[in-house]
Amino acid sequence: MLARTGQKVWEGRWGYIFIAPAMIPFVIFTAIPLVQGLLLSFYKAGLNRDKWQYIGLKNYSNLLTRDPVFPTAIKNTFLFVLGVVPAAMVICLFVAVLIYPLSQRKQTFFRAAFYMPVVSAGVVLAMVWVYIYSQEYGLLNYIFDSLGLLHLLNAGEKIGWLARTDTALLSLAIVVLSWSLGQPLILFLAGLGAIPETLYDAAKIDGADSWQSFWKITLPLLRPTMLFVLVVLTIAVFQVFVVVQLMTLGGPANATQTIVYRIWVTGIVGSKFGYASAMAVILLVIVSALAAAQFKLLDRQMT
Amino acid sequence: MAQTTLSPDYMPGDYVLRRRYAVGRWLRYLALAIVVAIAIILLIPILWMVLGSFKIQRVALAYPPELIPSDPVIDNWERLLINRPSMRWMFNSFIVAGGIAFFAVVTSTCAGYAFGKKQFPGRTIFFWLILMTMMLPRQIYIVPLFVLMRILGWFNSFQGMIAPYLVYPFGVFLMRQYMQSIPDELLEAAKMDGASELQLFRHIIVPLSRPAIGAIAIFAFMAGWNDYLWQLVMATDELWLTLPVGVAKLTASGVGSIDIGVGMAGATFAFIPMLLIFLLFQSYFIKGITVGALKG
Repeated sequence: MLARTGQKVWEGRWGYIFIAPAMIPFVIFTAIPLVQGLLLSFYKAGLNRDKWQYIGLKNYSNLLTRDPVFPTAIKNTFLFVLGVVPAAMVICLFVAVLIYPLSQRKQTFFRAAFYMPVVSAGVVLAMVWVYIYSQEYGLLNYIFDSLGLLHLLNAGEKIGWLARTDTALLSLAIVVLSWSLGQPLILFLAGLGAIPETLYDAAKIDGADSWQSFWKITLPLLRPTMLFVLVVLTIAVFQVFVVVQLMTLGGPANATQTIVYRIWVTGIVGSKFGYASAMAVILLVIVSALAAAQFKLLDRQMT
Repeated sequence: MAQTTLSPDYMPGDYVLRRRYAVGRWLRYLALAIVVAIAIILLIPILWMVLGSFKIQRVALAYPPELIPSDPVIDNWERLLINRPSMRWMFNSFIVAGGIAFFAVVTSTCAGYAFGKKQFPGRTIFFWLILMTMMLPRQIYIVPLFVLMRILGWFNSFQGMIAPYLVYPFGVFLMRQYMQSIPDELLEAAKMDGASELQLFRHIIVPLSRPAIGAIAIFAFMAGWNDYLWQLVMATDELWLTLPVGVAKLTASGVGSIDIGVGMAGATFAFIPMLLIFLLFQSYFIKGITVGALKG
């Protein structure tokens, strides 16, 4: 038995040699830090290593019961995901179905327009949007003013989009949404291209109207693509950080705090390694649960 | 009708839409108008940024805003390019993103080949381990990684910014998917001809994987270029900032009044390299996005 395993390992030696360049850095810079993070979360750990102290689950109990900000950060992160992900999916699906039939050149234009925010990096967009959202001289207030919307919404007063607790989170979500459209759109277009025309012809002969064609042919056949997009988007939006750090610093009144922003403020800026690691573990649990659920769906498609 | 024999690529106008859904003409136009509107909304911020980079502070703070700056100036660009080490920031970004892309290609190609074409005990487990981290936000282990970097003393260094990205899980995944399109017979035949493992890899696998390599290089480069958080953590010295981090500090450093013009010039400056890369390699972007999702 042992000899047979040894034989198999020996025969597969080139496999190990070829995965080594990936596995070695993976272990050092991903696997070990992951485990260390888990261990650190049971410690009171700061800059001075000699003073690290095992405190059991205290970090977790503090986080969930006594921390004034972290529960809000979890809630906001979920609001981001629940707002941005479905919106991105619906918009991209709508746009993909509409531009798929266009000529190759027009399609390229739209694809490029939707992909532009993806290319331009979070930092770049965050900086521009701060300017656009500005209360005193922002473009958005000007546009709303020109359309008469300021009168409708705020009695003609200019709105401080990032300064109000009821608009700040939505304002950031729109920026995140703007760079979440490019990739799903390209995926959906490819998915639509894989659906044979004959299906639609057959449906027509059977007397199906376009609404039925969409619900009974397009959507079911796009399911694998939609699931993939769902997983990728959810994980991407969970990491929302740049917009918070550059546009609101978590304010006003903690209205835009997110989990990753708290990890950065606590762990990197504040050097509370243990406490921040406990936050990271909570993030890990949430993301793993979601990923596992989504993966189950995906796996059925892939195999 | 001749049209019915055309492939989808050459279908004129909204032929397919009519063929797939019997939608009235006006509804179709209305829907397309909405799509155009969304595209414009997405492009306006980028246009606003470029225009803003030519505004002096007085114009930038004007309300109602001047849609086209009445007297455009290049002061902001002068201050960005001469008074700030912005060229150095761009150089840093190119080294970091280029390094990340290079290592991503090497590790993904090797590992993707092994996972796609080799049999060895533990193959599935190793692959799922790497795939799982594709699903995990890096921020989950950013704190222990930060502690590790303190021990190594790698702040303000290229190796510190590149090291956590030596493995690019999406690249490994994409490459494994791609390997499945290379027929086994080809490898068998080369082995029959006496090719060694390394020759096989070098002369058959690598040339055949060129499209996937291109896609991985570009995606890893973009990921490296846009990786704000880790670079923010690693670079503390002004000369070691990368372009996104440096540019972000342009506006954050101003006490009281924020210099909008320089900020917009910096943002534009950070945007240009990725824009050029996107325009030059658009097909690779699309291929990379779709290959990973639809095959296998």
